Amino acid sequence: MMRTATLLRLLALALLVSFLIVPQKFAPVFAPLTQYGAPPIYDQGNLLGLAIAHLGTVLLAAALSTVVAVGLGILVTRPAGREFLPLSRTLVNIGQTFPPVAVLAVTVPLVGFGEKPTLIALFAYGLLPIFENTIVALQTTPKAVMEAANGMGMSAGQRLVSVELPLAMPLILEGIRLSLVINVGTATIGSTVAAKGLGEVIIAGLLSNNTAFVLQGGLVTALMAVLLYDAMVGLERRVCRAVQVE
Amino acid sequence: MITIENLSKRYGDNTVVDDVSMQIEKNSITVIVGTSGSGKSTLLRMINRLVEPSAGRVLLEGRDTRSEPAHLLRRRIGYAIQGHGLFPHRTVAENIATVPRLLGWAPERVKARVEELLHVFQLDPAKYSAAFPHELSGGQQQRVGVARALAAEPQVLLMDEPFGALDPIIRAKAQEDLLDIQRRFGTTVVLVTHDMDEAFHLGDRVAVMSGGRLLQYDEPAQLLTHPADPFVSRMTGLGDRALRLLSLTSAAAVALPGAAPGPKLQASASLREALSEMLWSGSQSCEVIGIEGGAPAHLTVDAILEHARPG
Repeated sequence: MMRTATLLRLLALALLVSFLIVPQKFAPVFAPLTQYGAPPIYDQGNLLGLAIAHLGTVLLAAALSTVVAVGLGILVTRPAGREFLPLSRTLVNIGQTFPPVAVLAVTVPLVGFGEKPTLIALFAYGLLPIFENTIVALQTTPKAVMEAANGMGMSAGQRLVSVELPLAMPLILEGIRLSLVINVGTATIGSTVAAKGLGEVIIAGLLSNNTAFVLQGGLVTALMAVLLYDAMVGLERRVCRAVQVE
Repeated sequence: MITIENLSKRYGDNTVVDDVSMQIEKNSITVIVGTSGSGKSTLLRMINRLVEPSAGRVLLEGRDTRSEPAHLLRRRIGYAIQGHGLFPHRTVAENIATVPRLLGWAPERVKARVEELLHVFQLDPAKYSAAFPHELSGGQQQRVGVARALAAEPQVLLMDEPFGALDPIIRAKAQEDLLDIQRRFGTTVVLVTHDMDEAFHLGDRVAVMSGGRLLQYDEPAQLLTHPADPFVSRMTGLGDRALRLLSLTSAAAVALPGAAPGPKLQASASLREALSEMLWSGSQSCEVIGIEGGAPAHLTVDAILEHARPG
């Protein structure tokens, strides 16, 4: 069972990599989807380059979301920061409810076209799952464990770093995973404001009525999301084993 | 020595600990008993400042506990709690090494101390050092919790219902271990429990608390023979107080010289056990073995009954 899953994952990865490196080899597959002799494979840019740029934007946004959301989560679960919990929650919720497209519309006049507005939109959109998971994890550290950490003479900082965060890590990683996967798909809208990414392929397909392009952009994005999800689950398992949470 | 002076804790209008003063002798076991809500845990937690007193002070070897930051104070005081509170993401060895590492001991010294404690608590280092807490039985987890509390060789060990979650057989074993360890390391132990049997069994002195007040702080026998308050009598139990009193004296302490017929009894057994043994075998006397010096000794029912009443 485990073997089959691993095999499928490797196949998906091989498929993704080979399509990105030698897309022309897949031309016969996509040819039936084109009309009037249009090119079956995206030819207005390097697919591999677009995929790397796409992934780079998503990872950078997730890293920023993680730093801010985990930082905020730590702050509002400390005695000194408890009163900021409702405010932080509201801000983070706005980040999630405000549609990323609208964020782009608002930020482009401020920071111009390109990667920046996309990064801001993805950053805001990815905060919520990480923030909420961080808070839940830090608020549910077993009482006896907290009591023991205090009783042993750990300072608040030592307790956070050597007890609370390690025990919270599986849930925090789960939040990062959700945020990452959502944003791999969402990042395609960045292409409307001239950010490099797989959205370019989809938009080119929509503009020239070329279903093959749309499908290619969609499939590459989807495969990346699935593989990223799996990689994160693998990482969470390893961390869980180290954390020994029953 | 721990000196508690006029210690109180109030939460708003609610007084949880009310003007408690007591002296806890070095190298002794002091047990604080009381019903839930009596303030016994709060009193204990004010000693290592997990709870900050509203009034009064605690002196440790004559020094006010507020003269240093709370977390530094706690590193010098062992602390073991019900449900052990082991760190689930750390191995047994790492758990035990917690305070020595906080104190910055050299790695070799930490390792040696961890191994020593594992031996003392009858846990094979080869088998258990690298194990995680969830791989241990309840009794083993509890032992690791006490080992962790003792790791930095504290003068004082505070225990908050440490055996509360254990089944009776393992609890009895844990109590014997505690007595052994207290003798071995000479630690001053302050233990909180609601179990009067445990208090009588372990305590050199017992403090009875109710409603935040210290009703009586005395040797176990005094609690039975001279209760300061009707509540103390209720806590100690009226129905079997004669037997409880017998359980506080060992056979060796009152054995009569010379041999006598009847069942054999270890010198370390209590008079309660001796009486039970004689009732069971229908004998009027029993032979006490294992007395220091090896002289023959015996006990009679009459001699035992002498010790079953006050005065």
